[in-house]
Amino acid sequence: MSPALIVALPFLGALLPGLMVRAGRTAAAIACGSATALALLGLLLHVPAIRAGEAIATRIPWMPQIGMNADFRIDGLGLLFGILILGIGLLIILYARFYLSRKDAAGPFFTYLMLFQGAMTGIVLSDNILMMLVFWELTSLSSFLLIGFWKHLPEGRQGARMALTVTGMGGLAMIAGCLILGQVAGSYRLSEIVQQRAAIQGSAWYLPALVLILIGAFTKSAQFPFHFWLPRAMAAPTPVSAYLHSATMVKAGLFLMARLWPALAGTPEWFGIVATVGLVTMLVGAVIALFQDDLKGLLAYSTVSHLGLITMLLGFGTEEAAVAAVFHIIAHATFKAALFMSAGIIDHEAHTRSIARLGGLRTLMPLTFGIVLIASLSMAGIPPFSGFISKELMLENASHATLGGMPRLVGGVATLASLFSVAYSLRMIAHVFLGPVRDDYPAKPHDPGIGLWLGPALLAALVVVIGIAPNLTVGWLVETAAAAITGAHPHPHFALWHGVTPALLMSAAAVVGGAVLLALWRPADGLRLALPRPDAKAIFDSMTDTTQAWAARLTNGVTDGSMSRALALFMLTATACGFAAWHTGRAGPEIRPLLPVSPVAFIGWLMLMVATGTMVAVHRRRILALVLVGIIGLIVSCAFVYLSAPDLALTQITVEVVTVILLLLALNFLPKRTVLDTGNVKRGADAFVASLTGLGVGILAYAIMRRDFAFPSIAGYMLDNSYKLGGGDNVVNVILVDFRGYDTYGEITVLGIAALTIFALTETLLAGRSGTRLRNWVHDMRRAGDRHPLMLVVATRVVLPISLVVGLYIFLRGHNAPGGGFIAGLIVSVALVMQYMASGFAWAQERQNIPYHALIGLGVLCAGITGAGAWFAGKPFLTSAFGYFHLVGVEPFELATAMGFDTGVFLCVVGAVMLALNSLSRIARQAGQKVNVHPMDIQFGGER
Amino acid sequence: MEILVATAIGFMTAAGVYLTLRKRTFAVVLGMTLLSYATNLFLFVTGRLVIDQPPILQKGVESYTDPLPQALVLTAIVISFGMTAVVVMMALGAFLEGGDDHVDLPATDRREPRPRPAQDEGAR
Repeated sequence: MSPALIVALPFLGALLPGLMVRAGRTAAAIACGSATALALLGLLLHVPAIRAGEAIATRIPWMPQIGMNADFRIDGLGLLFGILILGIGLLIILYARFYLSRKDAAGPFFTYLMLFQGAMTGIVLSDNILMMLVFWELTSLSSFLLIGFWKHLPEGRQGARMALTVTGMGGLAMIAGCLILGQVAGSYRLSEIVQQRAAIQGSAWYLPALVLILIGAFTKSAQFPFHFWLPRAMAAPTPVSAYLHSATMVKAGLFLMARLWPALAGTPEWFGIVATVGLVTMLVGAVIALFQDDLKGLLAYSTVSHLGLITMLLGFGTEEAAVAAVFHIIAHATFKAALFMSAGIIDHEAHTRSIARLGGLRTLMPLTFGIVLIASLSMAGIPPFSGFISKELMLENASHATLGGMPRLVGGVATLASLFSVAYSLRMIAHVFLGPVRDDYPAKPHDPGIGLWLGPALLAALVVVIGIAPNLTVGWLVETAAAAITGAHPHPHFALWHGVTPALLMSAAAVVGGAVLLALWRPADGLRLALPRPDAKAIFDSMTDTTQAWAARLTNGVTDGSMSRALALFMLTATACGFAAWHTGRAGPEIRPLLPVSPVAFIGWLMLMVATGTMVAVHRRRILALVLVGIIGLIVSCAFVYLSAPDLALTQITVEVVTVILLLLALNFLPKRTVLDTGNVKRGADAFVASLTGLGVGILAYAIMRRDFAFPSIAGYMLDNSYKLGGGDNVVNVILVDFRGYDTYGEITVLGIAALTIFALTETLLAGRSGTRLRNWVHDMRRAGDRHPLMLVVATRVVLPISLVVGLYIFLRGHNAPGGGFIAGLIVSVALVMQYMASGFAWAQERQNIPYHALIGLGVLCAGITGAGAWFAGKPFLTSAFGYFHLVGVEPFELATAMGFDTGVFLCVVGAVMLALNSLSRIARQAGQKVNVHPMDIQFGGER
Repeated sequence: MEILVATAIGFMTAAGVYLTLRKRTFAVVLGMTLLSYATNLFLFVTGRLVIDQPPILQKGVESYTDPLPQALVLTAIVISFGMTAVVVMMALGAFLEGGDDHVDLPATDRREPRPRPAQDEGAR
């Protein structure tokens, strides 16, 4: 089975519970279980090839040009984790079916679980580091959903948030680290990165990348000082704790360290950080675990401790230690998942997880007792169980390690941690199952049905079998996984008895010491309570509170509700960024000669400057300012003509007309003067910001104009191919309707949406309070006596057919000469608007009833259909075709599909402009503007 | 010529920014109109200044100005009309609904950050 399919299967399975859950929890569980089992089967089919030393790889190309592909690869390490994830996943699905009650939402639960399973499988089978990061974040998210599954529990919500914050932050650090790593190694393929050991470790970026990646791994794997989220995540339903927080997700960090081991390990930095953190975590976790009252809390801290153990082994950086780490990953996953499920059984049957309220369950729950006994003894490292072998290997490796110049330090601390580990493991047995039977359990405990005990029982059986025959059962798996980590070919041989070695003596000391410690548990607990303990949750909360307070301060400082302030800060920031970019970047030499200044150009410039300056000076007299805006727009269009852009000039001048009309219409209902309500200081500051920004933009424009293109311009391509491919001489128009037709398509859609927004706004206004206000509107300016002057009416009537013909002409010639859909649309709009202005909107509307919404829709549709037409010719969207046609009596003319597209543009522009003006005029009518019956309604006698 | 164009762009930008920073809606609309002029012109001149070489193919003419910025600016002009129309409509709506044409939130609507309760939500 393809590795990609193995990863996809759980995701597909995630869809099934939604369909199946109406048929009950069993159906949903069977659906998920089938998908998982299928994926597991597909994975196991690769075992012979992987044992032979091969790696199974698939590539799904995505953007091969920049090396972005979905690469999947199964090697020994991926196989090991894949088996753990899918195998334990299968048992968890079975267990969850019976653990969840009727009231729980089983559908979402199984979906989240499968989502998590898919993400986890994705992590371990990805060969592309970026894709792995995506899966990595996906595990954080799905684990958030699973921890907070019981939404009514505050601990669940807080625990989920904390887990997401800690692992999410770690994930961000890791992304940064992995990007550095990819840059240094020159590839984002994991299988290529791990071969770049020399390049990576020799790089100056090695330490930053290492630290960032380790932060990600440590947060995920709950290493000190990030360990505190894991116990809080225990508010999750027990199947989740057993799956995510003991067997799989928390091992993702270990997986990553193992995966990158060949590239990163073996340096003093690696040893110093990883081994130390692992050692400290191992001890701290074990000490805290001993004093937990909550069964799951005990197991959670013991998980922290065991993860520390594996981290430490990976940190040693030797092959033997890597083998031991792999072995312990297997051993820990089996016994810890069994223990978690057993804790869930006790919770399920006795209705409490508090150790203080338990005890004496041995006779009441004999089956559960058997499972816990085996798994706990394995956790304590008692022979003949699997935990003994891995603990021996660990102590053996620890006794050889030297940290900080003290040869016995690591071994000593490791023995101490083992001592605590023995104590809490035995406490699990002694304080829960042994002792007298009590009569005050919250519910009467008894062994559960087979659905709940089958999973843990199978795992307990595995613990025994692996312990007795390690080489036969998991030897090959450890061997291939360790080979994949180290790149060497270790041939480990595991045995329960090695003779009397230092490791055995340390182990014996730990067992005896642990038993003694447990006997002294009560005084020890009293001593612990007397000592001051830092509360991780309080520290975490105060940190998030502080961050939140600072974030709020910053946000409120930048945006306090004053747009002026926010915009000023934005302008300053943008200018500062531009300044910084200018100083750090490299610009070419100023080689373009200055163009000579003609007198006309100088006069135009002078007029523009004067008009702009005057406008700012008089902007509070709004109508005057509007006139000046018109003048500025006119000069800008002249500038376009002068600088070889006829299309732009035509567009600018027509847009100018409609904009000014629009603003005038709006001004009808706005105050005609702006009140002066800012002080001199504020105006001075604003002027400073404005000058600085203007100066920056001006200098930048000048700098650009004096230099040549930094990259080869694509203008040449457009000019060369405009006629050949687009069939038009007007290159600007061909770019609009052909080369970059998709852009234009989006833009006319945006324009249509803007017009519809205006329409909707008007509707809302007229329906609401403003509608009433408008009905009682008193105009603040005297109305003209002659609303529809004779001269204007006659002139516009004469001009209408002419402008329509001009519009048509401009439209038709657009492909080969200045013009096109945009400009023609604007010209026709102006012609129509003139009628409205001359004779009143309602009068004109009656005579040319065009539904403007429909026009917009038709335009977008027309352009879309033209574009889609290319599909029928087997070309991509918006590929144009053209040809020349001969009609008798007419000279040969050209027809291009681009014309259909341009028609769409035309219709959309007309519809949008007219709809906007129509909306404003509706406001005017609401305000009591009389609708005239005749085209000219000259009123005599000074009536208003 | 380049100096003239650059100063014009800079001056229009400055005027636009100054007006955008005013506290009344109409001034802001005017400012944004000016800013769009400046921005469109700026985008246009990234194709460098060329006189008398419009990008209309003709026989015997070899050199043309860069057509791409022109095409981009053409749509930008039309879009800025759409944007101006929406902003004007919003300004008008705000004035009709609220009775004044202030841009900023009224002081009563500017809320201070809510003080966080001492206990966590579980205790609430």
